[in-house]
Amino acid sequence: MTDPLLQVEDLSISFPSANGPVRIVDGVSFSVGREVVALVGESGSGKSMTGRAIMGLLPSRAQVAAARLSFDGQDLTAFPEKAWNSLRGSGMGLILQDPKYSLNPAHRIGRQVEEALLLHTKLSAAERRERALDMLDKVGLPDVDRIYSSYPAALSGGMGQRVMIAAMLINRPKLLIADEPTSALDRGLQDQILTLLRSLSGELGMGLLLISHDLQQVSRYADRVMVMRRGKIDEQMVSADLANAKSDYTRALWAARPSAATYGTRLPVYGEQP
Amino acid sequence: MSALSVSNLSVTFQGRDKGFTAVRDVSFDVGAGETFGLIGPSGCGKTTVLRAIAGLNTNWQGSIAVSGEPLQPGRKITGALRASIQMVFQDPYSSLHPRHRISRILGEPLSLRGERDVEDQVRTALERVGLPAAVAGRYPHQLSGGQRQRVAIARALLLKPKLLLLDEPTSALDVSVQAGILNLLNDLKSSEGMTFVLVSHDPGVVAHMCDRAVIMDAGRIARAMDRAQIAASWSDAAAVAG
Repeated sequence: MTDPLLQVEDLSISFPSANGPVRIVDGVSFSVGREVVALVGESGSGKSMTGRAIMGLLPSRAQVAAARLSFDGQDLTAFPEKAWNSLRGSGMGLILQDPKYSLNPAHRIGRQVEEALLLHTKLSAAERRERALDMLDKVGLPDVDRIYSSYPAALSGGMGQRVMIAAMLINRPKLLIADEPTSALDRGLQDQILTLLRSLSGELGMGLLLISHDLQQVSRYADRVMVMRRGKIDEQMVSADLANAKSDYTRALWAARPSAATYGTRLPVYGEQP
Repeated sequence: MSALSVSNLSVTFQGRDKGFTAVRDVSFDVGAGETFGLIGPSGCGKTTVLRAIAGLNTNWQGSIAVSGEPLQPGRKITGALRASIQMVFQDPYSSLHPRHRISRILGEPLSLRGERDVEDQVRTALERVGLPAAVAGRYPHQLSGGQRQRVAIARALLLKPKLLLLDEPTSALDVSVQAGILNLLNDLKSSEGMTFVLVSHDPGVVAHMCDRAVIMDAGRIARAMDRAQIAASWSDAAAVAG
């Protein structure tokens, strides 16, 4: 196997506070190739901060240290701001939870989907439009000509998230980081969007880092799963091995999910005596 | 006698020139001690049904009866019935007064009803939902999401409801916190002899909690399911997705 796309070694992130720096992420190491990897954790586990550090999007007061942070052969630890801009526009993409806040309500969909092409390529307006329509079609949107000239308010949450995915993928990034890409959507739509992300990552040969709080759900779409807790990676494994996880926390997180099989029983709660 | 009986319920919201009917001709019965699920996609009308039963929206047609006592459309719920029907909302942060301490949030409904031993009752209620007594002196923002939802459940319990309406009670919470809240709800249901109506869009939560359920779509009941059908359709859904 060739070098993985993304390599993270001993990444730590601290934020200053009145009582000295607080370590949010504590010595995290992992790599992502052209595959689907899930980074799972509960509120405050540091999963989103890890995703942001990879994209250079942490607030300036965050203190980041890493033995290695490299993407596609480039060292990200010493990256100047300008280089980040071009990397974010073409090498890596980020999808956030709620399309309502990620899309500009005052601009038409077409313009927002094309923006990366406008900034990072020399394509003509007609070529950009063609690529955008093609991409809107690829993410499963109907009637792409109408959507191209609509405003975000005219779209449902699921359609908005598809537009975001189209905008992120139009420049064919090598790595897509999706931070809770479906938490704002209905359950049925969640599965559709995750299926779409997974199939696009295969089709485009793109690495996909899925950040989520829902272990059972993302494990169905990821090749590998990393479970984070209190700033550290608790366990990482191939998704198929999850039911036999070694760490107590991973096992508890796996078993705590309610289902038809748990009807009439008490759900296990981590740290609670059975 | 059913704990809750809803028949031909319709709810129409008046717009400037035309109305929008969010719930159309919905009927179902919930037996005492049951957990009944209302499920469906965003905008299907499930929360609207719940708000009509709770008396938060009195502008409905049809009939609703709780333990045999009918609610009157257009009128607030009063008397003993008011205490019998309580509701727990999705986001515990927006359902608790941000500037009131927990002791006041919990004590107020009791004081309003002229009860005496308010402090004792508040202490007992906190204990029953698994919170330390010290929580009484805190503000909502000083608690975690799971703790806040426990406070909201304690607030509902204080009035000794027969019918507890749960609107997405755990969808804002982490899975491990959710597990604790669902356990708590089931424990309380049996110890207090309550009936639950649960609104959720999470098939796992519905399959874990509900004895019966209806799937709503565009304001109508699309399908009614008994326990066997809930179990079968939800494990199918998981198998398809997996």
